[in-house]
Amino acid sequence: MSIELETANPDQSLEVEAPLLVVENLFKRYGKGCERCLELTGPDLETNLCRNCGALIACADVNFEIYPGEVLGVVGESGSGKTTVLRCLYKDIEPTSGKAFLQAFNNGQTDIFQTNSQQARYLQDFLMGMVRQNPAMGLRLHITAGGNIAERLLAADWRTVSEIRERSSGLLDRMEVPIKRMDDFPAFFSGGMQQRVQIAKALANQPVLILLDEMTTGLDVSVQAGVIDLVKEVQRESGVAIIVVSHDLGVIRLLSERTLVMKNGRIVESGLTDQIMEDPQHAYTQLLVSSTNY
Amino acid sequence: MALQDLIAPQESYNYAFLDEGSKKEIRRSLLKAVAVPGYQVPFGSRELPIGRGWGTGGLQITLSLIGKGDIIKVIDQGTDAGVNAVNIRRLIERTTPDVTTTLETAEATVIQTRHRIPEERLRADQTLVFQVPLPEPLRLVERSENQTRRMHADKNYSRMWVALYEEVVKHGLIARATSYPVLVNGRYIMATSPIPRWDIDKLHQSDHLSLFGAGREKRLYAVPPRTEVIPLAFEDYPFTVENFHGMGCARCGSTNTYLDEIITDDGQKIFMCSDTAWCDGRVARQSKEAI
Amino acid sequence: MGYVAVKGGLSAIQAAESLVQRGRLEGQSPLLQIEQIVEQQRLVVDQIMGEAGLYDEKLAALAFKQAEGDITEAVFLLRAYKSTLERVGYSLPIDTEKMVVFRRISSAFKSIPGGQLLGRTRDYTQRLLDYALLTETKQNQAAVALEEKAAPPRRFSRVSDVLRGDGLLAPLEPSNEKEPFDVTRESLKFPAPRSAVLQTLARGESGAMVAFGYSSMRGYGAVHPTISELRYGKAPVEFQHPITGNPVRIGYVRLTEVEGISHAYNSEGKGGEETTMGNAGEERDDEKAKPLFELGYGLVYGQNERKAISMAILDKALELGGNSPTGDQEFVLYHVDSVESSGYVEHLKLPHYVTFQSNLDRAREERRLAFEKEMQK
Repeated sequence: MSIELETANPDQSLEVEAPLLVVENLFKRYGKGCERCLELTGPDLETNLCRNCGALIACADVNFEIYPGEVLGVVGESGSGKTTVLRCLYKDIEPTSGKAFLQAFNNGQTDIFQTNSQQARYLQDFLMGMVRQNPAMGLRLHITAGGNIAERLLAADWRTVSEIRERSSGLLDRMEVPIKRMDDFPAFFSGGMQQRVQIAKALANQPVLILLDEMTTGLDVSVQAGVIDLVKEVQRESGVAIIVVSHDLGVIRLLSERTLVMKNGRIVESGLTDQIMEDPQHAYTQLLVSSTNY
Repeated sequence: MALQDLIAPQESYNYAFLDEGSKKEIRRSLLKAVAVPGYQVPFGSRELPIGRGWGTGGLQITLSLIGKGDIIKVIDQGTDAGVNAVNIRRLIERTTPDVTTTLETAEATVIQTRHRIPEERLRADQTLVFQVPLPEPLRLVERSENQTRRMHADKNYSRMWVALYEEVVKHGLIARATSYPVLVNGRYIMATSPIPRWDIDKLHQSDHLSLFGAGREKRLYAVPPRTEVIPLAFEDYPFTVENFHGMGCARCGSTNTYLDEIITDDGQKIFMCSDTAWCDGRVARQSKEAI
Repeated sequence: MGYVAVKGGLSAIQAAESLVQRGRLEGQSPLLQIEQIVEQQRLVVDQIMGEAGLYDEKLAALAFKQAEGDITEAVFLLRAYKSTLERVGYSLPIDTEKMVVFRRISSAFKSIPGGQLLGRTRDYTQRLLDYALLTETKQNQAAVALEEKAAPPRRFSRVSDVLRGDGLLAPLEPSNEKEPFDVTRESLKFPAPRSAVLQTLARGESGAMVAFGYSSMRGYGAVHPTISELRYGKAPVEFQHPITGNPVRIGYVRLTEVEGISHAYNSEGKGGEETTMGNAGEERDDEKAKPLFELGYGLVYGQNERKAISMAILDKALELGGNSPTGDQEFVLYHVDSVESSGYVEHLKLPHYVTFQSNLDRAREERRLAFEKEMQK
């Protein structure tokens, strides 16, 4: 069954492509901070904690771009700041400073960190989608699977139940969730199936960018492969751009063309995924690559 | 000046029971409510000699508005004879000597109601005051007041729509019966107080002003005349009113009014007009015609 | 026709009213006098004043007499009465250190400056029914009364000030509110400022507050405090003279005050809760050298110790927040008011047949649709 998965912004007429998303100097600190915070934290010092004032530097000096239809991986361990970056972009949390521009949002003219709550919802409901590690955080477990997807469509003013159900069932089917479970509650689904429902939900309004936050962590290895394959297929069909965050280099390698490596809140290395795997430059990347068996 | 001068011996009650400061505050909140149709205005709700949940919101509105020359009608479940309506009418009579009460809808300047809108179309010079138990239409999907205020501010109503969708999935129809959610003036979703769906259309593009008071929850809201009031529904599951399946009023024969289902002493089921004043009027006209 | 029209609502109510009046006076016993209630049933008078938020012993006794002993009904009478009174103004803040104390204890320390004053309390009496009360007369009780005289009341400094002096309890900080919130004039907004929380609790229904406070102690909350001080006494009420501007003492109110101290918990979700759709990051407090104890405060009219203690527990529990019911401001503050809770619960007795008719319509329609669907199979 083929369904509409096309991205909302398939502008292929440009010679030189403008980036879909530009992130400038993203910085997130917890605590009051002092003038020595940046100097006293980072990968070389192997800490996120400023010993002078006790503030936690979750991420700093984060600059990157992602192009339409691209898959960007962000790899690192806990404390690396990778999840913080995603949560700032999805407007779960507010960055301490920094800017980000999304081409599809006011032609890239407006900093998405400076929006009001209505604009924020527009970004979350229409332009971006998020899949979270814990499905309980990303789904309403006691609304039906179809209802979860319907929520996005209803936010986009869909008002015909049969049409809503057609699109929901189409998306669920594409995510290999049996249609007869459409009216069941995700509370009773397996972890893998809950993730598929989350992905279907994220895709509902044809966003230009999807954020995957440790999407496969916590799933059985055999199930992980299935979900990853599905994401790859869907990405190819729709051309949606993806930022995939994981501590698992194997997952990053399967999905992303380019990768950022993060440690203690900073980007330590970036480049084509294959190159980074073959020839890691930074000591930490070397450590990561060597300790991954695949 | 002695302290005694500041306090009057209190064994009597102020005009319309509430002190003047309170009435003024309530009127100002009502003005705000009228200016933003469907928006719930918080107000410092006062206690009254009737119970919270028994109409203190509606009563505070009525007491703040009425004065010399006003004519009040009070109904509950559509009838003036309901015990609570009688009690409220008595309190108004007791505390406002220059206000009269009536059973005739057409005569009233202010009508205070619980759970119904009179069948007779109200005029521009009439005000309808509703007693509201739960002013927040989103309460069924979100129990936190903080969150629901945010949802209204952001016009973020998708969870309400999801709840309606889920009802269709579960029940095959939109199952909510009364206090049906409506979109007012294209902006706020509003609780219609528990009036039957039958009465909702009377709010839409009305000639009269509708004021809603929730005393316990401390909110006032309004639907001004000539305002769009659209019930939430789907294209393929449209809004429907209660269906009496062709039954008519056993007393006046009406088949186009909201009916009460009555189980008689001998176990029969009959129907009668909920709006007793309307029914009385029809019966009176019929017996005149018969002569 | 075989139906009985429901008319005559007015006569029904009037009949009910006269039954109420008569019923109270039907027995052979002598009429209750207001003074008897004020003098011999003082604790119910105190409870009623506290829940109504109106300090007037005579009126509280009158309400109690009129309500035939129904405390919530009596509170209702007083609250309604307040609505017809013009608000003259606000008193100056009461300084409970100026309190003339009848009873004062501390559970935190064996011995405290000024000493423990047990005062007039039932706490250590044995709860045995005293049958002598069945036949007591003024004469045979007079003999007992003269034997024990309570120690003369005095003023005391605070135990909590000692702890503050040692740096174990956070210093008192000026409030970040310019004016105290007035819950009788404005509806609550959340997060509610502390003055609104304390006012709501001070007028709260004793039973509801004890239940919620109890739950907090049993694991449905974070707070199980030690009483640093409980004092009961009378405090002067001062009003600013409208012309001279000087404070004028206009009377005294009896108050029960409780300061409860608990060991500071440091990660009970101060604003760090995640909701279902994943938001709100945790904000860390990086203060150094936090004091070891935090204070919860309770203050009620008259002598109502269990309510004042519960108030101190709930004050702290609400400040800490967290996932339990007693950490949720909306849950606690919306449900502790006796007039609101009893009003709404009892409103179910009102006719609801119009709305019920509508519910019947939906249920029948749903059944009809299901039946149709079956038929089509």
